[in-house]
Amino acid sequence: MEQATLQVEGLQTSFFTRNGEAKAVNDVSFSVARGQIMGLVGESGSGKSMTGYSIMGLIDKPGKVIGGKIILTGRDGSSRDLRSLDAGAMRDIRGNRVAMIFQDPMMSLNPVLRIDTQMIEAIKAHDNVSTSQARERTRQALIQVGIASPDERLLAYPHQFSGGMRQRIAIACALLNKPDLIIADEPTTALDVTIQGQILFEIQRLCKESGTALIWITHDLSVVAGLADTVCVMYAGKIVESGSVAEVLKSPSHPYTAALMNSAPDRNRRGDFLKQIPGATPSLVNLQPGCAFKERCISSSNECSQPPSSRIVVGNHIVRCIHPVSPFSQGLIQ
Amino acid sequence: MNASFTPQDNFFRAATPADDTCLLELDGVSKRFVKSVDFAAKAANFFGARNRPEVVHAVDNVTLKIARGEVVGLVGESGCGKSTLGRMAAGLHTLSEGRRLWKNNDVALISSAEKRRTQLSAQMIFQDPYASVNPRMRVQDIIGEAPVVHGIVPSSAQKNYVEELLVLVGMDPTVLRRFPHQFSGGQRARIGIARALAVRPEFLICDESVAALDVSIQAQVLNLFIRLRQELNLTYLFISHDLGVVRHISDRVVIMYLGRVVESARSEDIFASPNHPYTQALLAEAPTMDVVKRHYIPIKGEIPSPLNPPPGCHFHPRCPQAFKRCMDEKPALWEIAPGRMSACHLNDVQ
Repeated sequence: MEQATLQVEGLQTSFFTRNGEAKAVNDVSFSVARGQIMGLVGESGSGKSMTGYSIMGLIDKPGKVIGGKIILTGRDGSSRDLRSLDAGAMRDIRGNRVAMIFQDPMMSLNPVLRIDTQMIEAIKAHDNVSTSQARERTRQALIQVGIASPDERLLAYPHQFSGGMRQRIAIACALLNKPDLIIADEPTTALDVTIQGQILFEIQRLCKESGTALIWITHDLSVVAGLADTVCVMYAGKIVESGSVAEVLKSPSHPYTAALMNSAPDRNRRGDFLKQIPGATPSLVNLQPGCAFKERCISSSNECSQPPSSRIVVGNHIVRCIHPVSPFSQGLIQ
Repeated sequence: MNASFTPQDNFFRAATPADDTCLLELDGVSKRFVKSVDFAAKAANFFGARNRPEVVHAVDNVTLKIARGEVVGLVGESGCGKSTLGRMAAGLHTLSEGRRLWKNNDVALISSAEKRRTQLSAQMIFQDPYASVNPRMRVQDIIGEAPVVHGIVPSSAQKNYVEELLVLVGMDPTVLRRFPHQFSGGQRARIGIARALAVRPEFLICDESVAALDVSIQAQVLNLFIRLRQELNLTYLFISHDLGVVRHISDRVVIMYLGRVVESARSEDIFASPNHPYTQALLAEAPTMDVVKRHYIPIKGEIPSPLNPPPGCHFHPRCPQAFKRCMDEKPALWEIAPGRMSACHLNDVQ
């Protein structure tokens, strides 16, 4: 069987703050195969973005990746553990084999440089090509993400674009070196539904055509439903449930996933009170052992103060809970 | 979790039926933002340049009636003028054209004391609660300043009054002395709501009030809106780009595109059978959890610049069903069925 593009095993990232150690990513394992889209879902503070940053090697002090393996397998079949690489080798990989798209494209584009300057720079940093060849590649990338008249657009500055166009350019930048893996951190959260639809359309097509693996980080389960193949739900630094999108959304097994789905307005009768999850996400500093969701969970018991182990629901559908929601009670959710 | 919600809780039934009195009426309002010709441009004009004032038609001849007790959802893409319309409804923007009537009285014609009272009755809740509060003020002052200034409570009773409001929005009343940065996003949203409620309004304008919140916190704040409506008999204008939220909370939905209303109908009708091609496209785009691995068929292009709107129907460059007439003639907004308004030439053809 083909080696997955990215295999993360037991990843641990902590922030050492004055108040203690905050385990932002706590024993996270998953894998993404070639051309596959994985949705990484969680609320703010669940560690979903930190997982992405850890893979990219973008964790700054006081944070540190303290454990686990991040194994990247390229199209050429070579595997390496990104954690074992030094800063220089990581620099070669970042933006080249692994690219990231951020939520706010204005933050990832330099406001005082023209689009072509920044994009050609990104190519020449990794490839020994002439400027005219690099320019041709930037043109192709802009066409790929559906930007009309790329020649004129290349000469523009980031502020001359609308939000949706800027995000397309950020995506084009990520595509420049035909990476094996793209990590997208909430790239459509700030956009309108129509523009979001256009970008999801482009992304879906690009992954299918180029065989790039994609990690789509979001808090919106409904986006993942339409886009991804597999999904991992994170809560307080841990993956609490993972599996194929169809399976997880059809029969969510972790009470958190089920509650999250039930709190969305389209899962409630119009005008009724929404089935809200009581309380708020716990602080990651000095997290108690056991299930982090137990205070907010409807089916928690004394056993939940022990760390729950992962169990298989069916196939690759895995849940980390002592009291998984039984598949039979799912009849309630539509 | 499910058991505690009985059908009686359904807030469309529990709320007092919307009576006929019109609480707020915007009659043919427009808002134009004009960038006038500055000195340099005038000087250039003297030598033959043709600099004209730049006019943005943010809102173009919109009529909106909101009955007491009603929840109206206002939906549109960014840049369509929905926030401007909300600010006009709140009285924060002057009108370039048209009339704003509060309980059937033209606000422009009433005395200033009366005007101040109507101004208090319509309050706005902003999208980013952190940006709309003074970061150096404590919660007690943020919420309690306005009611004291307006003589609603004496300053000696401010503390108790604010505590009551905090309890009303589901917060711990001991946080009075804290600063805004000490709260999470959901708590800040609650503070913004408490501040709006402090002057005892009848009408709340919620501008993207839940857009920045996580799904689970969003559910908590939406439930708060639903509960407050029942307890205080409030009327809402709910501005949002999230169709799921609007569908859930609104009695009536108004869809805007580039400064104009393109469709308005009861919430059930608009989601069951959207009439305008733009509404249809919006509903088709909206992601739902029930569809797994779909193929997105996006509407082409983006919302055009309001500086230079297309002639005829504003939506025609992106409309899959556009024909010749759409490019020349502005479609009128008319009642295509009882309670349903739509502005599309296709309705004439059929």
